[in-house]
Amino acid sequence: MRIPIETFRLENGLFVTFSEDHTAPIAAVNLWYHVGSANERLGRTGFAHLFEHMLFQGSEHVEANEHFELVQRAGGTLNGSTWLDRTNYFETVPSNQLGIALWLEADRMGALLPAMTQQKLDTQRDVVSNERRWSVDNQPYGTWWERLPALTYPDPHPYHHSLIGSFEDLKAASLDDIAQFFATYYTPDNAVLTIAGDFERAEAKRLVQSYFGAIPRGKGKPPLPDMTLPATFGGTLREVVIDDVSLPRLYLAFRIPPFGSNEYYAASIAGAVLGMRKGSRLQRTLVREREIATDATAFTFDLSKGADILVADVTARPGIAPEVLEQEVVREIDRLRIHGVTQSEVDRAVALIGTDFVVSMQQAGERADQLSRFATYFGDPSLISDQMRRYRSVTVDDVNRFAATRLGEDNRALLMYIPREGGDETSSEDTIDNDAALVTA
Amino acid sequence: MTTTISIANRPKPGPAREYHFPVFERTTLPNGLTLIIAPTHSLPVVTVFAIVDAGAVTEPVGHEGVAQLTGRALNEGTPKYDGEALTDYLEQLGTSIGGGADWDSASLAMTVLSDNLDNAFVHFAEVLITPTFPAAAIERLKGERIAELMQIESEPRELADEKFDEYIYERTSRFRLPLGGTKESVARLTRSEVTAFHRARFRPSTTTLIIVGDVDSGVATKMVEGALGAWTGDPAPKATANDRPVRNSRAVRIVRKEDAPQSEVRIGHVGVPRTHPDYFSITVMNAVMGGLFSSRINLNLREAHGYTYGASSSFDWRREAGPFVVGTAVASDVTVPAIRETLKEIDRMRTEPISESELSLATSYLEGVFPIRYETTAAIASALAALTVYDLPADWYDSYRTRMSAVTVDDVLTAARAHVHPEALQIVIVGDTEAIREPLEALAFGPVDVVSP
Repeated sequence: MRIPIETFRLENGLFVTFSEDHTAPIAAVNLWYHVGSANERLGRTGFAHLFEHMLFQGSEHVEANEHFELVQRAGGTLNGSTWLDRTNYFETVPSNQLGIALWLEADRMGALLPAMTQQKLDTQRDVVSNERRWSVDNQPYGTWWERLPALTYPDPHPYHHSLIGSFEDLKAASLDDIAQFFATYYTPDNAVLTIAGDFERAEAKRLVQSYFGAIPRGKGKPPLPDMTLPATFGGTLREVVIDDVSLPRLYLAFRIPPFGSNEYYAASIAGAVLGMRKGSRLQRTLVREREIATDATAFTFDLSKGADILVADVTARPGIAPEVLEQEVVREIDRLRIHGVTQSEVDRAVALIGTDFVVSMQQAGERADQLSRFATYFGDPSLISDQMRRYRSVTVDDVNRFAATRLGEDNRALLMYIPREGGDETSSEDTIDNDAALVTA
Repeated sequence: MTTTISIANRPKPGPAREYHFPVFERTTLPNGLTLIIAPTHSLPVVTVFAIVDAGAVTEPVGHEGVAQLTGRALNEGTPKYDGEALTDYLEQLGTSIGGGADWDSASLAMTVLSDNLDNAFVHFAEVLITPTFPAAAIERLKGERIAELMQIESEPRELADEKFDEYIYERTSRFRLPLGGTKESVARLTRSEVTAFHRARFRPSTTTLIIVGDVDSGVATKMVEGALGAWTGDPAPKATANDRPVRNSRAVRIVRKEDAPQSEVRIGHVGVPRTHPDYFSITVMNAVMGGLFSSRINLNLREAHGYTYGASSSFDWRREAGPFVVGTAVASDVTVPAIRETLKEIDRMRTEPISESELSLATSYLEGVFPIRYETTAAIASALAALTVYDLPADWYDSYRTRMSAVTVDDVLTAARAHVHPEALQIVIVGDTEAIREPLEALAFGPVDVVSP
């Protein structure tokens, strides 16, 4: 499968990717800004995400709440999301409405600040505080996605702190912070723009040039601190959380090489062997054969700088103690590490990943997002067409070498959730290493 | 283009390119099986989707959950392969077969690269018609369902949804209980109930097989005839769910979750069957009230007051009337103010006409987003399934946009007055009783009771 790609750069540094496909009268617009929670300064956790909310509050030529309304009135879908190392904004619209999507993105990239008010900031702070309660504080296991980065990236590594942020830091955010963050990071030379789907290239180029061309280049962003980390954690890290959950759950993380590196693909396949679908090892042995777990998956964070993590996420069956869950998961990890994988397991993983890739490429919005990803991280969106070749070139030896060096006791982080009522707090403490932290949420 | 392209000028749309819902053929095999094929060739991928009249509403009383359990157990083995071998074989082909059940149908689905379709389909057919349902697999899946129910007890969103359904329907309504059954009903099920349910409900004449994607229709038809042509069985009787509300006056239930930082709020009542002639005006009405981001309820609760991360309303469309519900999560201390604003917005849908601008926002969204909904083979297959499940005419999707854009301000007002009943609203809140009980009683909306999860 080949994805058509044309790229160019505006004089102000904006990198643009076009991927034409006239299957349906649909066009996707997708912008990645190369800024995420990693770029936040001390005392401003959650700011990159709060800022994303402010980008939907209007700009010089767009009233508050109009951004959503104009795209929906055009028959389009839209949203934005913030991650540790990037923030994206996207619309999928009927192809005759491409202009409005580009215009809206350009107006907020060029002239956000005239629309910013204290009242809008206060409201979005409340909205984000409620998002935090909804997705983290009032959700079983909801704190995992701030606890696991905190456990696996040592303070003050830029991936260590909370992406959603603390209530205290959210409260401290000011309009000055908005202005400064906007001037530093929301510049054309720190962004990539992708258009995928049904459009005419010359016309689209004219629109992009007219709307984005006059936006001034930025003055450069402060460099991130050194992101490199040792190859392993250097030990087994551990955190036990006694929480309002019904069943024990273990997140077991390993430090792995960054997204895009050769070893990343071996790690990704090892993850699929462990936790992708019913035929994976954790599901076959722990869910099906031994009935230790109700569910098991494995995934990566896909971070392109410093180090990534591979995470196995396994939930216990009722009646299975956390200690047993841990022991059984670790046993499977050790089996993989010591005895390696088979060719058939690698083939299965590659076949499943290959189908998922083709299936996801059916959607213009997904194509655009992946093109933006490779443009942002590596300056080359055409790497999208190289992904399956890279997966296919991974050998059994590659996976085994990865497993032998990265899945050992010197590179494990265990985040265990234990039900509050069922868990006896003192006995659970016995299972913890010396360097462990016992946290009661 | 007449206007200058400049950031100071809002762009106007050009003429829309024509779009047609994918062309499909519907035929009936001699054994009664309905076959729908929609060839689309943009990528080498195919979705196969079987829809069977074996949803939860067809379950025998006392066997609640057997439809879902049967659906989930389908891929646990066939006469030729046990569950593990089947999984291995299919996953080597880069696919898997997933079964399940909804209220109105059971389903079996598979998305596969077109080169692997033939090999995978042989197993798909066997999984559908000759599953072996090993007793050990049934017991394991029961355990997983019971674990799922335990998880819901500590997950406020799903808990609120389930407690709402339980609170609004009559005692004998199947809709009162969770789709997958309760701990008690699931614990009672055994292999023999599952095999009996499959034998009774999975019949060629009550099954529609849908194939969407990179296939030739003649070749696909032969493939289906070869694998399913010899399947026989008489039609299964139709079933109808009792969808009557348990009461017609306002009432409030608190589901206790001590120290919860947020209240999960559900406000609504029994809604409308999917086949109701007002479907289009109700859909537009709901979009304006709470269906869109720019809807009244979301703009009020989120953007004007900052009470919530999001608030929305929906009609859960089923053959019989599913719930109409407004859902949101708000900080405990603003629970009652948020409820008051929601009630105000619900009332306002009935007391005054919506503006032309609100109408055009909803209709142009629903019309414009139509092609975006059907980019994938799986989405097209599930749209085609709805034709069977709700007995819709073959031109449903071709006329959809015209009918949606024909809805008027008056239609919306009429729909709101006919189908939204402020005097019969039910409220269910999963939250911190201590923080919300007194203010809720002071609201004097209706009697308040408190239950445990």
